[in-house]
Amino acid sequence: MEAASDTLKMIINKICEPEPFFILMVLWCFASVIWADKWVKPKIAFTMMGAFFLLYLFSLTDSNFYSIATKGDNIPIIAMLFMSVYFTWLGFWRGVENDKRKAEGRPMIEEEGKEVKVLVWPHLIYIEFIVGIFCTALLVVWSIVIMAPLEEPASSAATPNPSKAPWYFLGLQEMLVYFDPWMAGVVAPSLIIVGLMAIPYLDKNPKGNGYYTIKERWFAISFFNFGYLVLWMALIFLGTVMRGPNWNFFGPFDYWDVHKQPVLNNLNLSELFFIKTLDMGLPEHWLKREALGIALTVIYLFVLPVLFDKVPFFKIGEFFKKMRIEMGAVRYYTFIFLFLTMMSLPIKMVLRWTVNLKYVVAIPEYFFNI
Amino acid sequence: MADDKELRPAHVPKRQQSIFQPIYDSQIWQSIFRHGWMDNDRNRALVIITNVFMHLHPVRIRKSGVMLSFTWCMGGLSFFLFLVETVTGVLLMFYYRPTAEYAYVDIVALREHVPLGLFREMHRWGAHAMVIIVWLHMFRVFLTGSYKPPREFNWNVGVILLVLTLLLSFTGYLLPWDQLAIWAVTVGTNMARATPLLGHEGPGAMFIKVGDISLVHAGSDVRFGLLGGRFVGEATLLRFYVLHCVAIPLGAAVLMAVHFWRIRKDGGISGPM
Repeated sequence: MEAASDTLKMIINKICEPEPFFILMVLWCFASVIWADKWVKPKIAFTMMGAFFLLYLFSLTDSNFYSIATKGDNIPIIAMLFMSVYFTWLGFWRGVENDKRKAEGRPMIEEEGKEVKVLVWPHLIYIEFIVGIFCTALLVVWSIVIMAPLEEPASSAATPNPSKAPWYFLGLQEMLVYFDPWMAGVVAPSLIIVGLMAIPYLDKNPKGNGYYTIKERWFAISFFNFGYLVLWMALIFLGTVMRGPNWNFFGPFDYWDVHKQPVLNNLNLSELFFIKTLDMGLPEHWLKREALGIALTVIYLFVLPVLFDKVPFFKIGEFFKKMRIEMGAVRYYTFIFLFLTMMSLPIKMVLRWTVNLKYVVAIPEYFFNI
Repeated sequence: MADDKELRPAHVPKRQQSIFQPIYDSQIWQSIFRHGWMDNDRNRALVIITNVFMHLHPVRIRKSGVMLSFTWCMGGLSFFLFLVETVTGVLLMFYYRPTAEYAYVDIVALREHVPLGLFREMHRWGAHAMVIIVWLHMFRVFLTGSYKPPREFNWNVGVILLVLTLLLSFTGYLLPWDQLAIWAVTVGTNMARATPLLGHEGPGAMFIKVGDISLVHAGSDVRFGLLGGRFVGEATLLRFYVLHCVAIPLGAAVLMAVHFWRIRKDGGISGPM
């Protein structure tokens, strides 16, 4: 029994390492859209959710996980995970149901009694009222049972280790592992806001307006889920549970050892290119040194979108070409710029894990590292 | 009201005369409630139309729009939690002084000495819940494609409200003035150092200078403006307090009014065309 639980913990610790964790999340994100009609079946979905919950209960028996999961501010994060899973299921379930009905020529859930309008008083007011009461009751009980965290008085002399941002920004703090603060802390959040605001103007798909559907908007939904569920929610979870002292990685059941020494062998692209590959010294001038990295960045952000459009890379090229024709050039290039910026995070992650790449462009002279 | 009788369908029995009838007939009652007691469609509509709070709603609504599994009630809950935060926040302001000397002890006193000092817990947990619920609201609106025309602009207002929710939560995080607060805010605001052009460790900032004098340095950059100093200190506490209690809530309230107004103007809760 003891041995079995230890083995299970070891397996989970391994799965939760950034590489497999992130890859699994990405796979799940796309698989959930492709095989939506399979997994949303209540029996399957609720079995999965039940297993997930049992796993959580099992994890609580571990003292290391328990101490993280029961910290006041971390309780909402755990609740958020379960809620995200549940509501993703609910949305997908209704989407699949609508798609099925459409295929059979029946009216969608939202279309049933479309012409019927009900009076807000009482039909909506009582729902709002009940939800409000339920929420208040929950909040009062939550407040009685769990005390709001309060640590020692503020002291600028004693830096806690790890120092974590408020939990809702932990995705951005996780980005700091891969990007400099100017990217992770300023450019990325700004582009997230701009990108979110641009969604209605970029998505020209007239279908799926005002009802749940998966088939009619499979690209938009997988894309959004990737940004929302993986790059935001999953990274928050990773940052909360699996980042310990010195922002080192720890499995959910690992002890947070302050003295853990990670292997520091990350290299810049210039070092990889000049020292490792050409076996010579780095050029003096930063422009010469970083020319390759700058060229790659420019190609990535500005040449690739054109290539996507003009050169038929098998199906992908056709897909993007169709997109450009449907969206128009301005929308297409705005979208592809935002898309590539977003994808730069997973790409940078993969490069870090595979070739230990630190920066593509590293000009510390001007605080300019990408 | 007199016209209740006329609108009563034949199969509905006449209501018993209430012992409170004199009160309902009084000028005071009638001046407040401009609708009768009877359960008829006219009065149900008047409840909504004649009440400033209720009239955020339309009188009638598409049947599919009220389904809990369609809206998840997340938008309503976000607003409800904003109200909870306002009420508990005002109560907290009675007991809290935003200075380095008193902030922490006031929070301890709230926990130890104030009867029903529970509202700090309610405020904090409510804030966390609000962040999560606003995110889920966005998720729902995305999944139903409710940002599509004619609702593009309202989605944008919603995005700004989401940012304001996060900023409210972030500024409030500092106020207990404990280790958790000061270091979380330090980590968060350290990013501002690296703002391109405007932060002293940001790319391009070193080129902004007059002769040899750099204009963007640790004592003049955007982070300094945010913190009111080079470190998270007493000036920061006051700044965040004012932002948290006055500036951001006012902005959020105005945008919420726009948000709700536009829901109505854009055709109510979204549904298939």
